[in-house]
Amino acid sequence: MTTHEDTVYEEIPADEQSPGLHPDLGDGDRDPYATTEGDREGGARVLNATGGDWADLVDEATSLNEERVVINMGPQHPSTHGVLRLILELDGETVTEARAGIGYLHTGIEKNMEYRTWVQGVTFCTRMDYLTPMFQETTYCLGIERLLGIEDQIPERATIIRVLMMELTRISSHLICLGTGGMELGATTVMTVGFRERERILRIIESVTGLRMNNAYIRPGGVAQDLPHGCLDLVNDTVGELRTGIHELELLLNENPILKGRTKNVGYLDLAGCMALGITGPILRSTGLPHDLRKSQPYCGYETYDFDVVTRTGADAYDRIRIRLDEMYQSLRIIEQCVERLKKVTGPVMVEDKKIAWPAQLSVGSDGQGNSLDHIREIMATSMESLIHHFKLVTEGFRVPAGQAYVPIESPKGELGAHVVSDGGTRPFRAHFRDPSFNNLQAVAALSEGGQVADVIVAVASIDPVMGGVDR
Amino acid sequence: MSDDTTRGTEATEPVPETFDSSDLHATDVDLTRARAAGDTDPVRIGERRGMFGPSTGTDTSGYGGLRTPILFPGSAEKPYGGYFDELTGTLETALDGAGDTSFGAAVERVVVDRGELTLHIAREALPTVARALRDDPALRFEICTGVSGVHYPDLAGRELHAVYHLLSITHNRRVRLEVSVPDGDATIPSVVETWPAADWHERETWDMFGIVFEGHPSLTRILMPDDWPGHPQRKDYPLGGIPVEYKGGTVPPPDERRSYS
Repeated sequence: MTTHEDTVYEEIPADEQSPGLHPDLGDGDRDPYATTEGDREGGARVLNATGGDWADLVDEATSLNEERVVINMGPQHPSTHGVLRLILELDGETVTEARAGIGYLHTGIEKNMEYRTWVQGVTFCTRMDYLTPMFQETTYCLGIERLLGIEDQIPERATIIRVLMMELTRISSHLICLGTGGMELGATTVMTVGFRERERILRIIESVTGLRMNNAYIRPGGVAQDLPHGCLDLVNDTVGELRTGIHELELLLNENPILKGRTKNVGYLDLAGCMALGITGPILRSTGLPHDLRKSQPYCGYETYDFDVVTRTGADAYDRIRIRLDEMYQSLRIIEQCVERLKKVTGPVMVEDKKIAWPAQLSVGSDGQGNSLDHIREIMATSMESLIHHFKLVTEGFRVPAGQAYVPIESPKGELGAHVVSDGGTRPFRAHFRDPSFNNLQAVAALSEGGQVADVIVAVASIDPVMGGVDR
Repeated sequence: MSDDTTRGTEATEPVPETFDSSDLHATDVDLTRARAAGDTDPVRIGERRGMFGPSTGTDTSGYGGLRTPILFPGSAEKPYGGYFDELTGTLETALDGAGDTSFGAAVERVVVDRGELTLHIAREALPTVARALRDDPALRFEICTGVSGVHYPDLAGRELHAVYHLLSITHNRRVRLEVSVPDGDATIPSVVETWPAADWHERETWDMFGIVFEGHPSLTRILMPDDWPGHPQRKDYPLGGIPVEYKGGTVPPPDERRSYS
């Protein structure tokens, strides 16, 4: 292969013809890129870049008696889930070595969070893994709430809404995983069905938060606003539609001979491999270990919901697809229980403590979403103290007692946790996110070495990495 | 999870050698202690000036001369509560049995705060402790979920911290290891040999903080470009940014905006 060290930058004397084009090809003198008469007279430097000689490389490879090629797959490649760069060493069609190169979507979110208030941090971390925004928000808020010591003061309704939103997001994340994974295998219908079903979920999420993605809906102390009128009916209707849609995906995928041929025994990683590489989520559960933080270390009251942890024992890409499909049904079960509870549980959705709670609830007015009119009326017309309080809390923020906390949760991709450190100030001293995609991508080598090039795509799709979360 | 309420609030006056008690301001110290009740020696990680209001510009509050120590929870006293006593006891037996290092030498401090257990480990003992935590049947921390760096610029002699979060699926437990090193000699033995999962996490911590993990198979930058100067997550590394102009007004970049003490 040509490396940039092989590239020779030759300085061409001004009186020589441009060597860029072969003189037999077209009119050499009319070459638009050739040096002009004016250049020659002015003594302009003409630089010509030439690569290493291909014949030399072929000779070199032939003399070694091997057909070893190192190729870069990505970072701009339609089948690598965004800007993932795979460095593959090939022997014919077989992958002998695979390494993942990341960092192409590094945005410095963690550094930026140190320069905003604790509440503003939610707006940043929601953009990390942009397919699971609710999960970053929740783990970050749970960490802050532990630092504040208000874990048991979160209103029940807020906790149920959090669970509802997380489970909706889990389904939408799995749908994207299956949809894009299917598209990478060439199954366009899987993609259209997946995105069609996800659209139903985004419609709910948009009606609740005002945004389809990057919601910043879950806030320290509760959630940004209560569910809108008619939301529970919408959720109820959608659950039925999703059941049908997911079943359609099952019919497309489960017994599809092409899919089975592409995914069975591909991307194999057994339990020992998962343990060593710190793999969690569907990949770990595909080895038969029922590890799910919602069951083993419950948060947000998951211990009170009735659902099963889905496991299979094939430890391959096919089983991971099946696990995701079955997990969506389990999430629908949880969503139905949330709806039942939300019908009964009323009350605030933000912690009582006025020193922490965001002063205003959002509402939708004639000019779009914003602070509720009642609140505006109060701070602008009736209560100067409310105005001061609002101003202090919004511009300065609240203080979080010094210390550190780590409250991991089960995201669709595995263990997601935020290590939040406070120095007692109004901004995070440090917020580090343990993103499951980042950790699980380490398994690329173990999953794809020894397989075919086409299997690399399947293996990476079965990890379901999202580069926004990997690079942060 | 937090068991602050169960611990007594009548802790003895926290006066570690590292700071002068005349620096203390009763209100804020009480506030901090209320969080970390039961600590015998809170660790001072820095100092806060003023009481409220912006930290830049003129002192409008009149409290600008006030200096308040920032205190982190210090060593906990036995019993730690929960599974923490059993865990530390087993680790003590395992380490003393192995003979490489004793529990007292390896574990500098045991901190129990907000229901989470943190073991501060001497850096030379980290590989031994890591191996014991993974292999002892009564400990079995199979998974190192990540390494997170923290930079405390005011903590002289131990500015850089590497924080390891461990998970035991067998016993359904968690523990946090914390290793601190001085800025001038930021090297920590790698735990990749024990937990291969720490590979990328250590590379990220090197990339972001400049902590060298000795024995790591290929300690290269992972998120920043290979030729990037500096380590962005350190506190002395500027955030950067450009002012934004809008309708005649200018909004300065985030790190130059008003912040509050």
